[in-house]
Amino acid sequence: MTEPDLIKLLMGNEAMGQGLIEAGCQVAAAYPGTPSTEILQAVIDSRQRALEPLHVEWSVNEKIAFEVALAASYTGKRSVAVMKQVGLNVAADPFMRTAYLGVQGGMLTIVADDPGPHSSQNEQDTRLFCLQARVPVLDPASPLEAKEMIAAAFALSEKYERNIVLRPTTRICHSRQNVALLPPLKLDRRANFKKDPTRWAATPAFLPALHRKLNANLAQIAREADWQPRLTPGNQSQPRTALVAAGIVFSHLVDLLAELDLSGQVDLYQVLMPYPLSPSFMETLRRDYDRVLVLEETYPVIELQLAHPGSVGKQGGGVPPEGELTPDVIHRVLTAFLGLESPAAVATEGRGQRPSLCPGCPHRAAFYAIKKTFPQGIFPSDIGCYTLGMNLGAVNTVHCMGACISQGAGFYQAYAQDGEFPTIVVTIGDSTFFHAGIPALINAVIQQTRMIVVILDNATAAMTGGQPVPHMGVAAGGKATKGVAIEPLVKACGVAFLETCDPYDHERFETLLKNADTYLRSDKGGVAVLISRHGCIMDPRVRKNQAATIVRINDKCIGCRKCTNAFECPALIFDEEGRVAQVDRDRCIGCGTCIPVCPVDAIGREEP
Amino acid sequence: MKQQIIVSGIGGQGVLFLTRVIAQVAVNRGLAVLTSETHGMAQRGGTVLSTIKVGSFAGPLIRTAQGDVGFFLWEANLPVHRGLLKPEGRLLISSDQAGEGARIDATAMARALGNPVLANLVLLGFAVKQGALFCRARECEAAIRQLAPERFVVQNLQAFEQGMAET
Repeated sequence: MTEPDLIKLLMGNEAMGQGLIEAGCQVAAAYPGTPSTEILQAVIDSRQRALEPLHVEWSVNEKIAFEVALAASYTGKRSVAVMKQVGLNVAADPFMRTAYLGVQGGMLTIVADDPGPHSSQNEQDTRLFCLQARVPVLDPASPLEAKEMIAAAFALSEKYERNIVLRPTTRICHSRQNVALLPPLKLDRRANFKKDPTRWAATPAFLPALHRKLNANLAQIAREADWQPRLTPGNQSQPRTALVAAGIVFSHLVDLLAELDLSGQVDLYQVLMPYPLSPSFMETLRRDYDRVLVLEETYPVIELQLAHPGSVGKQGGGVPPEGELTPDVIHRVLTAFLGLESPAAVATEGRGQRPSLCPGCPHRAAFYAIKKTFPQGIFPSDIGCYTLGMNLGAVNTVHCMGACISQGAGFYQAYAQDGEFPTIVVTIGDSTFFHAGIPALINAVIQQTRMIVVILDNATAAMTGGQPVPHMGVAAGGKATKGVAIEPLVKACGVAFLETCDPYDHERFETLLKNADTYLRSDKGGVAVLISRHGCIMDPRVRKNQAATIVRINDKCIGCRKCTNAFECPALIFDEEGRVAQVDRDRCIGCGTCIPVCPVDAIGREEP
Repeated sequence: MKQQIIVSGIGGQGVLFLTRVIAQVAVNRGLAVLTSETHGMAQRGGTVLSTIKVGSFAGPLIRTAQGDVGFFLWEANLPVHRGLLKPEGRLLISSDQAGEGARIDATAMARALGNPVLANLVLLGFAVKQGALFCRARECEAAIRQLAPERFVVQNLQAFEQGMAET
């Protein structure tokens, strides 16, 4: 039933969230990460639609989210784990073994890839990960298709007792489309874990048989009628030529063919399940076509399996092997493949405005103090808004969740064995600290590392839109829960120097940084932890509860640009004509953190 | 009916809200619509772009020189995103400077209403008045009522009307 009032404008992530509820999913676990975050948020926001109990959680990391969903599936219920592509690296260990052991109730893993990349540290392809893990993977071409695939994927998962991956990309996740809502399923399942140690605790003795069964299942899944590539036949004007596409690239291609008046002229296949790829499809392509253009994001997963002698793609050349396949890129590739006139080179001028920490962001004050106190320091940092500390020269490395603490330790060991070592100041967000920072901190302590770890505690996972963090005592959907405080955790990791400070208090913050340096260089010195605590300025409650004054720049300004460049607040702009700094009234929030930055006291506050 | 629209700005200017309002108008009219949006790091004050495709399209992105209408909330983005529009495409620019396209000092008007972010809806009203969009004023007003938080509805409608009043 699709009543007109049930047609909603939904973001792809919201559509998938609704699809999970409609398919009777009862346990949903995720760690936030662009572009996947809004999937679980949509489940939380619409959980009242579910007809049966539904547990939703922001887990501490992706490995945990996966394992929680996995065991829920062992009880016969439907479950899902949601993450971004690099989150799957964190969850890789349980994910790989699950391929062999399988699942009981339907289990999906939704992994959002980021070709481009737009907001990630790489553009790895989850479909290739699935090929190596031997896990079936689905590649939707629109928000609507992503939603519709969910119920069908649960059915496939239950038919073969296999975890199934749904792989949307940024352009699915962050696209909106008119999507119909359907009534949710009521499956009437009670948790019922059937103990079977030969499977759920399989020792090596049982694994060859499980591996054999997995391979047999994959061969069957590849032949599943509902998941075969879909052909839109051409008119034979381009004989023995085929276009093969998957995911959002297929949709771009459909629009492009229409714009070029080429619709219905060339045989066009949409691949729904890139792995395991249909054997009859591969045979057909080898038998009936001499030339095949393969368009997929981001790695040549279909192309590798096809191994077609006439394929044009990322392996054999013809398609750029990196970056997003935008309609402009596809246009150039397609015209070259079909021997048509190629489009003029795309003229783009610049990339526009770079992002910055928000006006009033407590991280800016912390970074400024760190850079000022230790101009020669080494600054490993991590994943989150605070990566933008780069703009202040206070972030030297960004790698993957939690890496900064271990990298800081590695820097220390390499320098210290030569004698002198620079002050190493690691910055890590509160959510990242819980995600992967704690084992790294323990390791740094027991390896007698001498460095400063600044935990940037803004009481939220800010970059992804403000998801709850473990120390605040709030779970998904605002539910009250037990908070796990940072200070006792840090102490339990063996840290002897621990201070907490609001970075808005610049004098005290700088003093504590210097004290930390003195401590780590003392006889009994080790890891010093400074918690920089001030709520995220995007949280309206934080704005409401802090003093706001009118910041003014007086005529003492000498135009040195320290406030606009070294402090880099977007609310301070440089007037090139007057050669002085100015306050952008539309953006300034009156926090006053810029005042101590000025060397000539030209920034002042006007009490309202 | 087919129309391809871009909304260009920087994070924090209400580009996403303007995108949703336009797309909601299409949904309310029973038209197919696809958008693409910028989320993540760029939303922290960096250049962001939304695309809106109204009518029968399969994908949300707009190819070079295919766009019909361009909203620019951040004039400095013109060199970056101008190329997505057809040469004859309609340009609607929030700016206090003279130059190409139809211009309105939307930020100043929004500031007078108490919130510079309302420039997004001032520019929408301005576009509708110019006949640049596929839809009419009352359709936009209905979508604004649907999507704006209740306590901001009146102020949002005022911003839209002020844009409409500007010639």
